Amino acid sequence: MIIAVVSGKGGTGKTTVSTGLFYYMQKHISAPVQLVDCDAEEPDCHIFLDAARISDIPIAVSMPEIDNKSCTYCGKCKKACAFNAIIMLPSADFIEVVHDMCHACGACAYVCPENAIHEIPVQIGEINFYRRKVNNDFFEGRIKIGSTLQTRVIRKTLKHLQEGGIVILDAPPGTSCPVVAVVTKADYVLMVTEPTPFGLYDLKLMTETVKQVNKKHGVIINKAGLGFDPLYRFLDNHHIPLVGEIPFKREFAKICAEGKILPAEEQQLEEIFGNIVENVLDGKGYN
Amino acid sequence: MERDTTEIAILSGKGGTGKTSITAAFAAMAKDIVLADCDVDAADLHLILQPVILYEESYASGVKAAINPDQCTGCGLCMDLCRFDAVERINGQYAIDKFACEGCGLCIMVCPENAIKSTLYQNNRLYFSQCRFGPLIYGKVGIAEENSGRLVARIREEAKKKAREVQANVILVDGPPGIGCPAISSVTGSDAVIAVTEPTKSGWHDLLRLIEMIKRFHSRIYVIVNKYDLNKKITKEIEEGLKERKIPVIGQIPYDEQVIHALIAGKSIPEYRKELSINHNLRTIWNKLLKKIVPVKLN
Repeated sequence: MIIAVVSGKGGTGKTTVSTGLFYYMQKHISAPVQLVDCDAEEPDCHIFLDAARISDIPIAVSMPEIDNKSCTYCGKCKKACAFNAIIMLPSADFIEVVHDMCHACGACAYVCPENAIHEIPVQIGEINFYRRKVNNDFFEGRIKIGSTLQTRVIRKTLKHLQEGGIVILDAPPGTSCPVVAVVTKADYVLMVTEPTPFGLYDLKLMTETVKQVNKKHGVIINKAGLGFDPLYRFLDNHHIPLVGEIPFKREFAKICAEGKILPAEEQQLEEIFGNIVENVLDGKGYN
Repeated sequence: MERDTTEIAILSGKGGTGKTSITAAFAAMAKDIVLADCDVDAADLHLILQPVILYEESYASGVKAAINPDQCTGCGLCMDLCRFDAVERINGQYAIDKFACEGCGLCIMVCPENAIKSTLYQNNRLYFSQCRFGPLIYGKVGIAEENSGRLVARIREEAKKKAREVQANVILVDGPPGIGCPAISSVTGSDAVIAVTEPTKSGWHDLLRLIEMIKRFHSRIYVIVNKYDLNKKITKEIEEGLKERKIPVIGQIPYDEQVIHALIAGKSIPEYRKELSINHNLRTIWNKLLKKIVPVKLN
């Protein structure tokens, strides 16, 4: 079973929930449990986990380079590029692919009648593998700073998922393409929110996304107790299951600030995470 | 001679550090300002500013391919060549996974049967609005859509136009979390970036990646440590780390639960309760910023 942990708004506690679930499940469930940090722009799970980094592999895509000696400036590549990544100035004998805008789709090389375009590997990120209980039970996709191809990094990272057991995917914030790349892989989408107008508004957007991809889902309210009823009314009215609440306490914020795992530090939270796991797995036969 | 409008982007790397609450507070203190909410995945500034929408328009969310099953002979060339794994084969029938397709058009070019067509989707929205502090331009990426980088660029362009029109001194850009495509699009060419962080290990980790990203675009960076008193030890570590890197901290803001109550009331912090001491911190930071960044208008 693959569980994606998401939230429209950033900073609601996705990583807190993901690492808490991972800790709890590894401790209490006999099936293999994997955690994948898919927030490639800012992967933070490793800060919370006492896990040894064992290996890493680069993520590269094939990006085009144009040889202006063979180029006749016919302009076919420029026309074929859907991302406006080719700059061509025939009078200055200049043609170049702007790699920061290139999606590495291969269209320009395909259409070039002169074979003037060849592709070279360009690194856009890396996958880091860690060992917590067993090798590779935790890994992360990490985008190279300055690259805009976060969705590609996430997709390539997810290719390393091992079949079977339980997988937790810590998603990036938001509701657009990088998040969808994660959510489409999941069997269950766990939406983390907070009881504030921002939390509610962004949860509504997230709910739309989840419906679009047609996935089973539930909500965790983090920082509960701040007293914002419209959030609870929204869940009621839309029949969205509330699978758990993590109360707001300064001590809990302190545990997270120091990069520690909530259910590992507090008995009350161990119970809360136990209930969340029970609600999410809901008779799936893992024990 | 009149100088150009100064554009200040507010980013954070990590989400939830307080970008939007701080942007709204600055908006309440500023004069002659235009606001741009570039967190197009989850634009929240309007929830505090409650603007009147003057007009809205749709904006291209991207091109996606679709295979006509009647024309497809099942040769599989599109599937072999697609770099996004967006071509699926379900019960022998080829189809495009619209969530994976990035709209490059290669499959359309290679299909020997001309069985693939592209459709332009217009699911992104752009809003031109007016709030009590000035014009607010914001956008919203369609559900599961892409092109957020281009939408951000368009919002900033429109904010600049508006600023010229109303002769605003400052454009405040409320940016997205992260350091990828929309974040990069929010900072390229801006005059200064305010990085809002918090004293957590993840806040610091994410700030370092953000700083490295911003440096590529040569913008000036100023850091605000928000909720600094929640963990003074980490705040000190962050300050020392920034000093080593010669990045100035422009101010600290204490944790105050009233920030959430202001939010629930749909107000900026200075409007919600004038007497809160946090207003003093915000005011000092804003004045410092103006002094450092905004050129004096020479009329």
